[in-house]
Amino acid sequence: MLDKIDRKIIQATQAGLPLTPQPYQAIAEQLGLTSDDIMMRLSAMQNSGIIRRIGAVPNHYKLGYRFNGMTVWNVPDEAIDELGQKVGQLEFVSHCYHRPRHLPEWPYNLFAMVHGKSQEEVDKQIQQIYDLLGGNNLGWDILYSTKILKKTGFRSSSARKSNDNQTVTD
Amino acid sequence: MDEIDKQIINALQNGFPICDAPYQQVAVQLGLTEQDLITRLKALLDNGTLTRFGPLFNAEQMGGALTLAAVKAPKERFDEIAEIINAFPEIAHNYARNHELNMWFVIATETPEQVRQTISAIEQQTGLSVYNMPKNKEYFVNLNLKA
Repeated sequence: MLDKIDRKIIQATQAGLPLTPQPYQAIAEQLGLTSDDIMMRLSAMQNSGIIRRIGAVPNHYKLGYRFNGMTVWNVPDEAIDELGQKVGQLEFVSHCYHRPRHLPEWPYNLFAMVHGKSQEEVDKQIQQIYDLLGGNNLGWDILYSTKILKKTGFRSSSARKSNDNQTVTD
Repeated sequence: MDEIDKQIINALQNGFPICDAPYQQVAVQLGLTEQDLITRLKALLDNGTLTRFGPLFNAEQMGGALTLAAVKAPKERFDEIAEIINAFPEIAHNYARNHELNMWFVIATETPEQVRQTISAIEQQTGLSVYNMPKNKEYFVNLNLKA
């Protein structure tokens, strides 16, 4: 579990890592810790999955990915875990989840986000998922995002209590 | 954005070292100087090519609750509905999508109970049914877009 110091480190890095040659040292000085403390705790949080990774998050559109689709599939419940693992491994799929159906109007239980620079590219991606699912595909749809209505980071509970910074997850 | 910027974006999506001089380590791998890497990274953040650089946290692992939900917003009320939903601080993302379920949003709260409360409040204020689709299982999450 996270302790107080972990939460301080999370708050201090929510806006991003310092762009200075020794970023962990900079965080350490800000918090009155040593850079070894910071590095050990960040590593531990990364190993336990609290930090998915340390890295850069691009704006899809700025990189030319204008076609961002949520593909949704109706697959048999008994096969979904195996199929979900396979679909998630396709290199163009960024997120893949099992979610509940809302019958009768929403029969889809497998969600996979795909990203392409052209309609043609996304069509090929859908075809690959379609082929992979084969006879287990009982129906599918794709929902393109047409507009971002709101986009913020997620706030961590510790941060929300103490300040208004935001924690970004993916 | 030139070829070097693209290499930086591609490299930094895959992770960043935890060591005393991590920019130096990445710069060497890319054949750049440390200062050059830092300057370019700052420019990519300033011009919005990168939305963020740092640790990406898993909200649920931190004790929070998350769900994906959708509504069918009638065309003539679309903007009004978006305004009502976006006003909740618990709404992290909200996207318009081309489907009868045309508004899809992520609710992020401290507890599962607050997710339920937010959904009821949205239903009450909009008069619409909220389709709640929390994940049963996560198979893969890693947004990695080649620049």
